[in-house]
Amino acid sequence: MPAPIRLRELIRTIRTARTQAEEREMIQKECAAIRSSFREEDNTYRCRNVAKLLYMHMLGYPAHFGQLECLKLIASQKFTDKRIGYLGAMLLLDERQDVHLLMTNCIKNDLNHSTQYVQGLALCTLGCMGSSEMCRDLAGEVEKLLKTSNSYLRKKAALCAVHVIRKVPELMEMFLPATKNLLNEKNHGVLHTSVVLLTEMCERSPDMLAHFRKVRQLSSSQLVPQLVRILKNLIMSGYSPEHDVSGISDPFLQVRILRLLRILGRNDDDSSEAMNDILAQVATNTETSKNVGNAILYETVLTIMDIKSESGLRVLAINILGRFLLNNDKNIRYVALTSLLKTVQTDHNAVQRHRSTIVDCLKDLDVSIKRRAMELSFALVNGNNVRGMMKELLYFLDSCEPEFKADCASGIFLAAEKYAPSKRWHIDTIMRVLTTAGSYVRDDAVPNLIQLITNSVEMHAYTVQRLYKAILGDYSQQPLVQVASWCIGEYGDLLVSGQCEEEEPIQVTEDEVLDILESVLISNMSASVTRGYALTAIMKLSTRFTCTVNRIKKVVSIYGSSIDVELQQRAVEYNALFKKYDHMRPALLERMPVMEKVTTNGPAEIVQTNGETETAVLETKPPPSGLQPANQANDLLDLLGGSDITPVIPTAPTTKPATAGGELLDLLGDLNLTGSPVSAPAPQIAQPPFLLDGLTSPPLFNDIAAGIPSITAYSKNGLKIDFTFERSNTNPSVTVITIQASNSTELDMTDFVFQAAVPKTFQLQLLSPSSSVIPAFNSGTITQVIKVLNPQKQQLRMRIKLTYNHKGSAMQDLAEVNNFPPQSWQ
Amino acid sequence: MIKFFLMVNKQGQTRLSRYYEHVEINKRTMLEAEVIKSCLSRSKDECSFVEYKDFKLVYRQYAALFIVVGIDQTENEMAVYELIHNFVEVLDKYFSRVSELDVSFLIS
Repeated sequence: MPAPIRLRELIRTIRTARTQAEEREMIQKECAAIRSSFREEDNTYRCRNVAKLLYMHMLGYPAHFGQLECLKLIASQKFTDKRIGYLGAMLLLDERQDVHLLMTNCIKNDLNHSTQYVQGLALCTLGCMGSSEMCRDLAGEVEKLLKTSNSYLRKKAALCAVHVIRKVPELMEMFLPATKNLLNEKNHGVLHTSVVLLTEMCERSPDMLAHFRKVRQLSSSQLVPQLVRILKNLIMSGYSPEHDVSGISDPFLQVRILRLLRILGRNDDDSSEAMNDILAQVATNTETSKNVGNAILYETVLTIMDIKSESGLRVLAINILGRFLLNNDKNIRYVALTSLLKTVQTDHNAVQRHRSTIVDCLKDLDVSIKRRAMELSFALVNGNNVRGMMKELLYFLDSCEPEFKADCASGIFLAAEKYAPSKRWHIDTIMRVLTTAGSYVRDDAVPNLIQLITNSVEMHAYTVQRLYKAILGDYSQQPLVQVASWCIGEYGDLLVSGQCEEEEPIQVTEDEVLDILESVLISNMSASVTRGYALTAIMKLSTRFTCTVNRIKKVVSIYGSSIDVELQQRAVEYNALFKKYDHMRPALLERMPVMEKVTTNGPAEIVQTNGETETAVLETKPPPSGLQPANQANDLLDLLGGSDITPVIPTAPTTKPATAGGELLDLLGDLNLTGSPVSAPAPQIAQPPFLLDGLTSPPLFNDIAAGIPSITAYSKNGLKIDFTFERSNTNPSVTVITIQASNSTELDMTDFVFQAAVPKTFQLQLLSPSSSVIPAFNSGTITQVIKVLNPQKQQLRMRIKLTYNHKGSAMQDLAEVNNFPPQSWQ
Repeated sequence: MIKFFLMVNKQGQTRLSRYYEHVEINKRTMLEAEVIKSCLSRSKDECSFVEYKDFKLVYRQYAALFIVVGIDQTENEMAVYELIHNFVEVLDKYFSRVSELDVSFLIS
């Protein structure tokens, strides 16, 4: 049979194919030729055939029949055969095929071959597709090769060791002694692969990490200083032609070393300190005109953010990111946005400085950048900038691609709930979202919105009017229609009476309202859930409206024979209500009571109830929904934990009526005669939005002077506790409070213990008191120092618990301290 | 970690592919087609990093050939971008002014 064609010929032939079908034909013909050639056991052309087979495999055609041939090639003595054989093994074989175990012996022999290139081939293949059995068998050989002086082999052996460790983590200790000398090499290839090996070891095993961090006998063999030295050489050395990339010497090695330093420095003070200098040096010396320099700076910034670096270094890093943001190159901006997202949790204020640039990125054309900018914007919204940010975000919602709309809408709801400055603004924002992206809003947002609307009692008229106007024109967006029909059902009387303080009241007759609800019912666009809402709304209006009750009766009876089972059931029940239970109708359908969102952790609860009674309210609280972030039923009695009061909004409503919302919600759960799914929602535990803003004062951006007035925090039964404040200008988020406890009665107070608890956003540190006895007649005091960390500059509040023995009996008291002067926390 | 390395031309023909994780053979062609589609739809001034399923693609265009590298979250995207360019420079040195034709015959 004629000699099989060369690979080049094959490629040329395939390239002449015009269509996919032609190409497939050619390939099948060639495959058949190759298969018959394999059957003939032809040694001379086997290599050529397998090469062709590999090419066809790359194009996407099945090539599994060539696996055994690869093995035969590996066993041959010719180098060209071995090369193709190993390549084929890497591409075609993996641990799923049983055939691969046959390779183990071949690889073992080749690892000890005289030619380094053959050894190299074997190492490559093992490192690429070795299964765990193969790795176990051959790990000893690999380790031996890791110690040779041949740098070509050493670097391949290091990479192979990485693969072995990934497959069989128990063998990691075996490679440990070999790593001692790896970093002493000059050859960059070996350095690079050894850094990869060390990175893999440190990532996989915390023991290894601890081992590499600790001090060893000889300081020269310590890992972090070694890495720092190598990095320094790379930066300081002059032009080296073999490693130069656009003026920077071996940037790939630099990036790898920085990554390893990051892993070593994470959560470890000593290592972080050792690398502070070199990081600063890299950050300042690297040229930023080319992409290479920016890549190194990016890695440096990530490292600085992750380790326990000093604050000067962190500021440097954030400044670098700020510079990146202003750069014209899209890649750099994308990278800056990604890293800022990672750091916004820890360095919130620093990132706020770049807020306007980030908001501009929302208008960028690039999809990736827009997504990052959106996520970052949501992370940056806070009480101060919420109005401006919301305007930008709503504008973004209007114009963005559909894939973003759902995320953006939920983000806006969350942010609005947390930081809304006024109810009207909140409702306006929700309305805007519903009208622009109504169909992308998530389904669970509807019950939340309805609850929100019922809470804002004075806005009912305004809300229902706006909703009515919104669905007059267009009732295709389901969530909007659902909310609107519910509200119309509840507050229809307000709508027709035409009272509305906030806006120009519109004149609507009862018939018009019923018209719109009926069209929702009839329309093809309405989902069956929406129809349910509409029907219930019509029914509720029967008690609110006066002249159209007959019409309502007619509508309800029509739907008694509807095909939709849910509608039919509702209609039949409502019919029964009209006919047999007409006397109960007004009572059943009356206005829904305000669903108080009971908070487990608003300070209002603490003011009214003291410890024990709070638990009663807590128990009736069902679990929070996923939408409300970070609100848990905290154990308010646990003061020693130090952080259980968690207001998300800085406003502190002091006199919130403590309607036991818990019981109410249970009541609503039973009332499913009203039918609306809203009446039995999983009650949300969230903040009462913006009730009584008495305690927030506008932020005074005055200088933090030393003269902060002291206050009397507690004065009862002869025990007086004064607070004096100190703040440093270098670290304004720390407030140092010195308490002085004095006793004006005629007997000493002994065993005095002072405990304090602060809201979750603060951190508290209590140092030890001067003594535990307060002498009588104000003749002496106990002093104790409290340090409060207040990174978000929220209003300082504290709950204190005092226990002492006085006049032979044990006394205990709880109190809330609210009169902190503004200068102590702003 | 680099998941795969592809060189695909504008018509969707794969010139070189290397997968570092096991992917079924029929899924490979689908993956390559989708990847090239998302890269082609981007304009010149959009950034070179695209999010695709659970990994990121870093791509670079050289004449009619796209080099696409799939990476996961732990990699530095810009370093990989440089790596692509370095690779092309090496090919250039090896073939003295490399072209797509050279790359097609690369495997031999």
